[in-house]
Amino acid sequence: MDQRVHPMAPYDTTPQVDFHSQRRRIQSIALWGVALLTLTLVVLIVLDILLSVIVKGVPGLNLAIFATPTSGIAGGLQNAILGTLVLIALSMVFSMPLGILGGIFVACFAPARLASAVRFISEVLAGIPSIVIGYFGYAVMVLQWGMGFSALAGAISLAMITLPYIVRTTDASFTQVPGAYWEGAIALGMTPLMAVRTVVTKLAAPGVMTGVLLAISIALGETAPLIYTAGWSNFDPSLHLVKNPIAYLTYVVWTYLNEPFHSAHQLAYTAALLLVVIVMILHILVRLLQRGGVKHS
Amino acid sequence: MGIARLRSKIFQVAAGIAAVSPLFVLLFVAVVLLKDALPAFRYQGFSFYTGLTWNMGNAYANNVVVHNGVQAAPGATFGILPFIVGTLASSLIAIVIGVPISLLSAFALVYKVPPRLAKWISPMVELLAGIPSVVYGLWGVIVLAPVIANQVGPWLAKLGSVIPFLGGSIGSGFGLLTSGIVLAVMIIPIITATSRDLLAQVPKLPIEGARALGMTSYESMRHVALPLAKRGIIGAIILGWSRALGETMAVLMVSGNASNYLPTNLYSPISTMASTIAALLDSAMNDATSLSIHALALIAVTLLVITMLTNLLARLLVQVGRRDIGTEG
Repeated sequence: MDQRVHPMAPYDTTPQVDFHSQRRRIQSIALWGVALLTLTLVVLIVLDILLSVIVKGVPGLNLAIFATPTSGIAGGLQNAILGTLVLIALSMVFSMPLGILGGIFVACFAPARLASAVRFISEVLAGIPSIVIGYFGYAVMVLQWGMGFSALAGAISLAMITLPYIVRTTDASFTQVPGAYWEGAIALGMTPLMAVRTVVTKLAAPGVMTGVLLAISIALGETAPLIYTAGWSNFDPSLHLVKNPIAYLTYVVWTYLNEPFHSAHQLAYTAALLLVVIVMILHILVRLLQRGGVKHS
Repeated sequence: MGIARLRSKIFQVAAGIAAVSPLFVLLFVAVVLLKDALPAFRYQGFSFYTGLTWNMGNAYANNVVVHNGVQAAPGATFGILPFIVGTLASSLIAIVIGVPISLLSAFALVYKVPPRLAKWISPMVELLAGIPSVVYGLWGVIVLAPVIANQVGPWLAKLGSVIPFLGGSIGSGFGLLTSGIVLAVMIIPIITATSRDLLAQVPKLPIEGARALGMTSYESMRHVALPLAKRGIIGAIILGWSRALGETMAVLMVSGNASNYLPTNLYSPISTMASTIAALLDSAMNDATSLSIHALALIAVTLLVITMLTNLLARLLVQVGRRDIGTEG
């Protein structure tokens, strides 16, 4: 390759690179073939997970599931469904105001340094394994604060997990609003609060909603932070938010699968089906919101 | 106007307080964990990380042992090397299986799949990211574990005479390989989606230029797109790895929950650090000296530090990667 050619040597006209090399074309086609096959594999795995859950879960699906609580290893899922709803709603009471306000602050008011610091901290918090939060909830809320296994301890643990997601998505959707809207509102004499409430929020709302829905979907699917904070109960949730354990759907999936009884397995499958269906609905809502949001800006 | 200004100020201050709440949460968690973990470290020292035996001691004994000023049940020793090995081995398998699949899928999605089809496939990949981990565990138990025990395992074991760790007893299908594959499936959507977004932002012009110079489409991807997106993609991989390190429920359901011995082959039952906390907290509550709980806190601290470091490195690389491509100043 490195041989110097004598300047007076006749000019070699054969191309150094074979532009139509069969080998290179085959290499290209083969690689993309493999890539497309892998993508097909991923799609097949998704379908297999969904189908397994549907095939196993549907036979257990009936109205009684929604109307009766679990009793031992049989019964319905009413307590778990209601408990999941209570836990999610209660966790949102904590994480939504904090997350949305925090996100607005980062996007609209914070100096650049502070903004990037908060973003950084949120990323760190989002990266903490959920079982670590679960341990924290157990040590601090259940034992130290004397809440016992309870809806409140579970909900606060969930809120700690969803908070950084809400901060991040709120921040992102407010940051995307063109600065001119903000400046226009201020120029018209609005206070920053009025500007946020009237002009900017209208444009950022779909993005914020997306974040909240994703946070709900995360809270719905969590188990590890709840095992030692929410506990488990065969009864429907009550108004007692402390010292009363509460049921939730993911618990059914992982514990009832270990029981050697068919009725327990069926409950686990059906609980998994309900979880997947709700997650799918949430994802479809997110898609619709995103489409609406794009049209706006 | 005065009142409006005041209300605005109050709002801003409230928002500012809300914005630092993640910091408070993080500090609170870190302080509590460190404080809880300290007695375990004083009792066990660095042998915590090198010991093979996890024994909470005799909870029913009347006498307590005191070591370095820490009370413990007689016979208590806390060594988490098997859990560390389980965590690293299962996440490594997840990376080895998950990364090629994710990257090839991302490249296919960006460069080869027609946009109309990609519009259907992308949401499916994202749905995979949203599926609760217990559902992955359920899939691992009812679908994957039997396949590993009956088909994949026996087939791989035939290679055992050539490749170490592949031979030996296949067991029930619950163990290292199954955990690794379930984790791989869980991190595929993370790596695929992040790299897809990075690749989609690689400018078209250099790639078209490469094609015009006679590169095949594989070569233009390999020599033009990949170098531009490389650091970001490495970030995406570490992000997936971090997730695999901290995953609890899915692993707990398919790992076979072994303790006190290191995996001997690819099918050995294992435990990870995260799954151990979930599995043992219940019995640790019976330890009157509560040293067992402190030991679990020390595992939590270790896990926290590892996942925080990997996560930060990943985020940093993804951000640098975006800058490489030129979408973020």
